[in-house]
Amino acid sequence: MEKALARLTTYELLQAHGVDRRSFLKFCSMMAAAMGLEATAVGKVVEALEKKPRIPVIWLHGLECTCCSESFIRSSHPIAQDVVLNMISLDYDDTLQAAAGFQVEEIRKRIMKEYPGEYILAVEGNAPTKDGGVYCTVGGQTFLDILRETAEHAKVVVAWGSCASNGCVQAAHPNPTGAMPVHKLIHGKPVINVPGCPPIGEVMTGVITYILTFGRLPELDRIGRPKMFYGQRLHDKCYRRSFFDAGQFVEAWDDEGARKGWCLYKMGCRGPSTYNSCATFKWNNGVSWPIGSGHGCIGCSEANFWDNGPFYQRLSAVPLPGVESTPDQIGKVAAIAAGVGVAAHFGSFLVRRALDKNKAGGERQSSGEHE
Amino acid sequence: MSTQRVVVDPITRIEGHLRIEAMLDERGVIKDAMSTGTMWRGIEIILQGRDPRDAWAFTERICGVCTTVHALASVRAVENALGIKVPDNAEIIRNIMFLTQYVQDHVIHFYHLHALDWVDVVSALKADPAATAALAQKVSPSWPLSSTGYFSDVASTLKKFVESGQLGLFQNAYWGHPAYKLPPEANLMAVAHYLEALRWQKEIIKIHTIFGGKNPHPNYVVGGMPCAIDLNSDNAINIERLNLIRDLINNAITIIEQLYLPDLLTIASFYLDWAGIGAGLGNYMSYGDVPQNGIGDPSKFRFPRGIILNKNLAEVLPVDPTDGQQIAEEIAHSWYDYPDGKAALHPFDGVTQPHYTGPKPPYENLDENGKYSWVKAPRWKGNAMEVGPLARVLIGYASGRPDFKEVVTEALGRLNAPPAALFSTLGRTAARGLESRLAVYWLKEEYEHLVANLRAGINVTADTSKWDPETWPAEAKGCGFTEAPRGSLGHWVHIKNGKIADYQVVVPSTWNASPKDGKGQHGAYEAALLGTPMADPKQPVEILRTIHSFDPCLACATHVLGPDGRTLATVKVR
Repeated sequence: MEKALARLTTYELLQAHGVDRRSFLKFCSMMAAAMGLEATAVGKVVEALEKKPRIPVIWLHGLECTCCSESFIRSSHPIAQDVVLNMISLDYDDTLQAAAGFQVEEIRKRIMKEYPGEYILAVEGNAPTKDGGVYCTVGGQTFLDILRETAEHAKVVVAWGSCASNGCVQAAHPNPTGAMPVHKLIHGKPVINVPGCPPIGEVMTGVITYILTFGRLPELDRIGRPKMFYGQRLHDKCYRRSFFDAGQFVEAWDDEGARKGWCLYKMGCRGPSTYNSCATFKWNNGVSWPIGSGHGCIGCSEANFWDNGPFYQRLSAVPLPGVESTPDQIGKVAAIAAGVGVAAHFGSFLVRRALDKNKAGGERQSSGEHE
Repeated sequence: MSTQRVVVDPITRIEGHLRIEAMLDERGVIKDAMSTGTMWRGIEIILQGRDPRDAWAFTERICGVCTTVHALASVRAVENALGIKVPDNAEIIRNIMFLTQYVQDHVIHFYHLHALDWVDVVSALKADPAATAALAQKVSPSWPLSSTGYFSDVASTLKKFVESGQLGLFQNAYWGHPAYKLPPEANLMAVAHYLEALRWQKEIIKIHTIFGGKNPHPNYVVGGMPCAIDLNSDNAINIERLNLIRDLINNAITIIEQLYLPDLLTIASFYLDWAGIGAGLGNYMSYGDVPQNGIGDPSKFRFPRGIILNKNLAEVLPVDPTDGQQIAEEIAHSWYDYPDGKAALHPFDGVTQPHYTGPKPPYENLDENGKYSWVKAPRWKGNAMEVGPLARVLIGYASGRPDFKEVVTEALGRLNAPPAALFSTLGRTAARGLESRLAVYWLKEEYEHLVANLRAGINVTADTSKWDPETWPAEAKGCGFTEAPRGSLGHWVHIKNGKIADYQVVVPSTWNASPKDGKGQHGAYEAALLGTPMADPKQPVEILRTIHSFDPCLACATHVLGPDGRTLATVKVR
């Protein structure tokens, strides 16, 4: 308890940084807005950041590429500096840690011992399970052991990115190392899946600050994703959706449709089967997002997206609405498209792979009937 | 004979999982060293049977720190195999993304991964803000954030942070170690700029977002770039997007000239003894990059291509990554098997089977006489090579390129150091800053080149004539290469019936982090550690300095064989 009191709250630290109360309140409003909260919730944000000591966070790296860490430091509200210095106590993170070697492993063990049930375990990457876990070791210990050991006394486990949530690229067929996502290895502990390759920076800081602010986990969907960030299909929020409905499509890179920003469905866009907030938040402080820069979504936040390819093959041969279509027909098609999305969601890639076998590019040949 | 063994695992502030074991003699000097990649993922084998047009997305995930470089090498490999020449605008946009990556990645490396080897955060607490302001104004007169008030705020932030008792990322480090030599004011200035650079890195990278839709992991396309240009459209690259890019580039020039280089030279001036430590192999290689006349014309690359052996700056030898005989990978000390007991294989012929023979985890030590790493040992004509910023700067300098000569001569003059000082840990760290300076002005030139094309009505961004697999030959092989921030990167693809038959990657950190080869030649990290005196083996800051000077990226580096024992593939150890 004394230790907790000795820790400074976010507000105290911001004050120490010369941040006045007015700026602090503005910051809280932005935080609340970023998390999709109503104006009445701002008070809660203020209260939480004023009174709570910084929660220790252990951030482990398994089989991964560090893109999640890079995305995290790209967050614009709040910026990484504020999260790391003012909101949490990032006690272990091999990418940014000053210490190295046994000193850093000492820190992990100390946090586990001194803060049982209090610390957040953030996991970037996943664990190889084949051959006794020898495909990833840290300090001579397998990552699999480290993950289990560190999760045991964590308050909650946050699975950053598609590696930790779904397996991602190293778990794609044939998964040479037996890579497994966190939720398949850790049981009896809340696991928040924050998929994406990587997830959007503001989504990552949003998940952490939600927990700090409200003292509870965000509401999750049936596969452990925060509803606030993964509840909507890209296709339903896409600013190019009207072109889909009007039957106006990019047919080739750099064609007239590409220059006018028409729908990328025929270029293989996975918007119709992807649940993420790219269409609303966009990337890198709202500058753009994949579809906004002319490339289809590759569905990087969906389970098994690597095996749902090839990426440039359109999702399925469902008839598309055209300019000639009646509203009824469009509605019907939309319902089918939604069905496709849900099916893909349940991992229908095996079925599609079988269907698509030996006909790379075959979809294009049948596209004439849709115009 | 008294031998002490120092183990540093994990090496932090790098990308990926790296372990170093160093053997000290009785005087505390490193006499032998082992570099171990402790992770392996198997990306190349995962690529087999896939659409080659998708390979860029898979390989881009080899690394999220040097994001884009694998995508670039991959689309170049497929384009090389299929005989596609990308339009000029696509080449320029790729160059802009490439150079943006350099500037951003090098700044992050200097401030967030490497600086804490030279900067004592705790010592900064003792700094006088007024004296810090005077120092900052002296070393960078134009940089605006240099008032006493500014440094007072930073100092009080730091003080409160330390007093909170929760030191987070900064706990348990080597603060107070006698190897830290900066005065408190220089330490405080560096801490302030650590935070400034952290804020800035998320801005410059927006150039990737504009062209590639997101960062990390922006999008590429075989045959060109996915972002169309249309000056009459609000849904393509237009004047608003170009203006944003221009502003971001101008801002980057300010950061490089007024923050990074002054800090680099200031810090270096206190550590000139490190210009005599960490030389390592003395062999340097660059494939060259930033094409001005297409990727097929290396004579027009902004980063020249070449090889330097034995520190001989009088001769730059030719290198060709597409020549199957020049590069081979050895596995004498790597956890793989080759068929028929072969010792070395070129990437196009490579066959690899992972075969872990190390101790069962958890373990204390590895055996330097046996196999000890997931990283293979690539060699150029049998020579161990160093790749990366120092190699590129030396090759540019030795090739007589005036732009390289200018930045090198100026920096050496400021430090009052001879060219031989470059063969060192400090030289490696300095070279990264010097090439950032070249890169940021090239970035501006590439942007202006793009605008000039648009002014002339040239706005094509993709060649789709070979997009359809029906147009491809039944079989094709290609090599794609690039000079990633960390060094020479090669991708080799073999396409059969529209699918990837084999895919191999030899990554910069494979060269630098490699273990010994069959002849017992050390890799670049290992060689650079030899002869380094250590003040306190329990606080191995000397090892971190030299290893970090290479900017390790272990997400990149190994090879695998398919479970059927037939296929070959290169894999990333990460």
